This record gives sequence, structure tokens and C-alpha cells, in this order.
Amino acid sequence: MRTKDELGRRGEALAACFLEDAGMRIIDRNWRCSLGEIDLVAVEGATLVVVEVKTRSSEAFGHPLEAITPGKLERLYLLASRWARAHDLRFSGFRVDAVAIVDDGSGRPVIEHLRAVS
Amino acid sequence: MPLGRTYAVSLVGLNGYIVEVESDIGQTLPAFVLLGLPDASLSEAKERIRAAARNAGLPLTRRKITVNLVPASLPKRGSGFDLAIVMSALAAAGDVSNCGRTVFLSELGLDGRLRPIRGVLPAVMAAVEAGFTRVVVASGNAAEAALVPSAEVKSYGSLAEVALAFGADPACLELPSPQIFESAASVQRNVAHVPKDMSDVAGQSEARFAVEVAAAGAHNLMMVGPPGAGKTMLAERIPGILPDLTDKQAMEVTAIHSLGNAESCRELQRRPPFESPHHTASAASIIGGGSGIPRPGAASRAHRGVLFLDEAPEYQRRILDALREPLESGELVLHRAAGTATYPARFQLVLAANPCPCGLATGKGLDCSCTAQQRRRYFDRMSAPLLDRVDLQLAVHRVGLQDFAGTASGDSSAAVAARVAEARAAQRERLCTWDLTTNAEVPARLLHNELRLTRKATESVDKKMEQAAITKRGYDRVLRVAWTIADLAGKTAPTGDDVTAALLFRTREDAA
Repeated sequence: MRTKDELGRRGEALAACFLEDAGMRIIDRNWRCSLGEIDLVAVEGATLVVVEVKTRSSEAFGHPLEAITPGKLERLYLLASRWARAHDLRFSGFRVDAVAIVDDGSGRPVIEHLRAVS
Repeated sequence: MPLGRTYAVSLVGLNGYIVEVESDIGQTLPAFVLLGLPDASLSEAKERIRAAARNAGLPLTRRKITVNLVPASLPKRGSGFDLAIVMSALAAAGDVSNCGRTVFLSELGLDGRLRPIRGVLPAVMAAVEAGFTRVVVASGNAAEAALVPSAEVKSYGSLAEVALAFGADPACLELPSPQIFESAASVQRNVAHVPKDMSDVAGQSEARFAVEVAAAGAHNLMMVGPPGAGKTMLAERIPGILPDLTDKQAMEVTAIHSLGNAESCRELQRRPPFESPHHTASAASIIGGGSGIPRPGAASRAHRGVLFLDEAPEYQRRILDALREPLESGELVLHRAAGTATYPARFQLVLAANPCPCGLATGKGLDCSCTAQQRRRYFDRMSAPLLDRVDLQLAVHRVGLQDFAGTASGDSSAAVAARVAEARAAQRERLCTWDLTTNAEVPARLLHNELRLTRKATESVDKKMEQAAITKRGYDRVLRVAWTIADLAGKTAPTGDDVTAALLFRTREDAA
């Protein structure tokens, strides 16, 4: 596996732990369809939460949050409804969260969680 | 609460309005939204600000920054809001402390340096009037901002220094080494200013007197004569014999200068300005205009000074006619889509013209090759209403050999300026009860009541009026010139001779 993919995997695992600590339930990971991929699918109360995880080893090429473009965000909203339809589940609402991780390999990654990004 | 608030000034013409710059930080993806009618150059502020903040060691927050310029309906333009916006955003993020009622007026460079902007003087004046006395400007604008009395001006070279002054953490700031900025900051331009002296003018005693009268009473002047007679030479020497501007006038003149010049003014402009636009100039360049908020033209830049139109009949007729309103009201109100700007334009109009298109119709006009119709059409460009506003209309003849051969040349500018200053003082003393300063401003009502002359004194001009050879407005202007001639001679009121002399200055046609 290439280094950048490995970093991404590690970041997603970190994010999942972080969100579970925050009281969310992770119900799916790396779900794919023709439209794209959802990193993490979680439930908080009766709300479906689609989580995009961005991990970078440094800020030299910009902060991870800056890499989430409006186009990507739009796709995540579509993916959320696709996921719900595919699993035939109903929720009172859904939202898209973003988790940014800067992990420079020192063992102390910086995690930021943004709720309901738009 | 993640809310920052700072202040800047938006200029509409010479009038400044305080603009509140509020910023909010929303917990969502990084973005920068600028609200409140910014123009193209102001919208570019986003990119400048991001780079400048990062290079100053205070990167903007990785969240959504919404900046609102209040009042939102007032159109804002230019780059002078950069510093206010970045300080507002930094205050919202808690990187600097609350800036209170400080007004920020500066553009940012990508490296975080503060760059001088146009119009700092009128902006600071507006801020002080609105009760905002603390002002932060770029070092390059410091001298200009300090011209406003009672303004507490602070100037800095870079954003990092401003942030430090407002409580940023010095550990993370990247303060620039001073020499980098200094070397680039002040490129002194040394304009060689050679004063033009009246003693350079050979002969032309009549024209010299007319110029002196024009300067003393702030009268408009037209000189008609063949090429090479010295019309331009005389006109260029008028600013040299005008008195210094008062504090208030100097402030007005410097404020207009500040709007039009990228270069910062270092001191008040004490001398009356002299503007001589070329006759191919467009209406917008002389009257003022342009897209968006209209900018001042040559007429406003000549405020409290001289607007000289050489080869006056060659100008477009509508430009000449557009000068009629400012000649009466002393200001120009310009309406454009983005707003209305009022610029002062109390200038002294000096026109120069050849007697005909070929320029040779002088004396008997034997060399002139123009037809009568050509000659008439030439002067038709200058409408009667415009010429009616020109008190002194004078024929200038070519000088002969005897004028510059042996005889001593005329008085120097200094000597003439001294007489002009005395005449001005006499006018001020006489007119102060009506809040006026020069004879050219005296309203007709005053001329016919409080300042009424004896029947005997006005006999010559009354006769002209009876013959319908002069309009009512022309009649009043003759009286005004007569008062100035009397002031120059140190008399308390004009005599019949003074009125006759004034009348002679209006009769250009005999000479042409």
C-alpha cells in the first residue's frame, strides 16, 4: 500500500475513535457507489451523519479542510441519500461532518471536527 | 463571541462616510465572504488579506470568515479597506484585542507591508468629523494624515507591527527587518520647481495690468491676440502673483490633490494650483467623471487657483458651456450610476485665443487668410453666456522691438504680488460684514444697494446699458472690476475713471 493511502486509512481509524468518544455510533466505513465514496457513516440520535475525513502529514500544502471543495460537499449530500436508500433506512435528518487530521508522525495528531458543514 | 469590529472610511467624492467592518467566524469549511457592495478591487482584498496575514505570522482562521461592510447600501471601492478587514477578522479570531474606535486606512501588500492609499486627507477629515480621532495609516501616508488637526495618527510599516500594537502574541509574529521596508518605501521625487516671474514679460503694460486686476479681484480673464504675443506666458504667471491660500483653502486644495494622486502629500498645498488641460481634453477629464463614483477633473483640481484654457475656441463647445455652472456656484455636482459626488470648483478662469483660425487677424488684418464666416464661427464656439461671465476681455498685441530693447522690464512677481495682497486685504476689510472675500464674489444685490456708486461715477457704463450694448450681468461685472481697480490704487471707492477703465477691459472686439 502506498504511503498516502496508509496515512488516509490511519486517519479514518483515528477519526472513527474520536467520533465514538464524542458519542456518535459508526455504522459503516468506506461505502462506495458509482458516485463516490463515503469515509464514515455515523448516527447521532436520529440523525444520519456522513463524515468526510481528510488527513495530511503537514500543512505545507494547505490545511486538510481547505481540500474539501464545494463540489465534493455537494457530492457528499447526494451520497448520503444514496446510502440511506441503499440500506432502506429512514432518519429524521442528515448532515455532513468534516474531520481534519494533521498527523506529522510524532504520535500526537491534531484532530478537528466540524459539524454540519455547508 | 467570535465577532470582530473595526472602522474604515468610504469616500464618495470628497465626502467620507464611516464604514463599520464587522466579521464573524462560522464553524464550517474555510471560506472568505465579503458583503456590502464591494467593487472589483475591494473584492480582491480577500486574496491580499489571506497572504498578508500568513506572511505576518498570523494566518487567518481555518473557518468561514464573513466580513460585512456597514452600511451595506453604500458602494465601496478601492483597496483602502484591507487593513480594517484583516484587523476585524483577526479580532474575531481572538488573535488581536478589540480595536475600539480606531479607523484603519491602508492597503496591504502580499508580504504584509502597509501601502499608502489615495485620499487619506479627506478620509481622516471625515473620520475626525464623525468623532473617530484615532487613525492608523501606512508610514507613507503618515505626513498627510497628520495634516488634520486633532487627529491621533499612528503609522506602521507592516501588518505585524499593527497587530503587535493591538495585543497580538509577539512570539508568533514575523516582524520584518526594518531596512527591507525602508529601502522600498520612500522613493523621493524631486520636482524641480522654477517659479515663473512677471519680469520675464517684455512690454505688454496693458496686459500686465489686466492680469494684476484679475489676480487682485479673482476675476475671470480672456486674452485675445496673435500667436507669440505672450498670452500663455502671462497666464502661467498668474499663480505666482496670487496670495497664499488660507488654512481652510489649503486643506480643500490638498484634499482634492490627495484624491487624484497616488503619491502621498507631505504638506499642505499653500500655493494656488494652476491647471492647463490641452484643448483635445474630454469633458470628463475637465469637469470630472469616470465610471463608478465620479472623480474630480481639471476644473476641481484648479479649485482656489487658475484654470487656464489655451486656444479656448478649439475646445468642444459643450465643455466650455459646462464650465458655466461652476463659475457661478463654485462647485460641480456629478451624477453617475454608482452615486453623486460634489467637488468644489471655485477656480479663476483664464482663456486665451487667437483672433481667428489662422491667427493673423491683428491690427488691420492684412495677412489674415480667413473668411469672415470662418472668423465668426471660430468665436461662436464660446457662447455669449460664457463670455458674459468673463469680466476682463483683453486684446494682446505683438510686442515691438522697443518693448524689449532698452527699457527696463516691468515689475517682478514679488512686487505685483505685494500690490495684489494689499488689494485683497482692502476687499476683505470692506466685504467681511457680508462674509465675502473678493470682489468677484460680490452679489448684484450688494452692488446696487450697500455698495452703490454715484451717478457720476457710473455715467459711462450707464450709457452702454442705455444703448443695450451690455447686459445686466455685464454691467455688474464692470462694477466689480471697477472696485478692484480702485482697490489696487488704494482708493476707498471707484471713480468715473475706474469704471471707464473697467469698461475698456470688456471690449475685445475693437481689437480683434
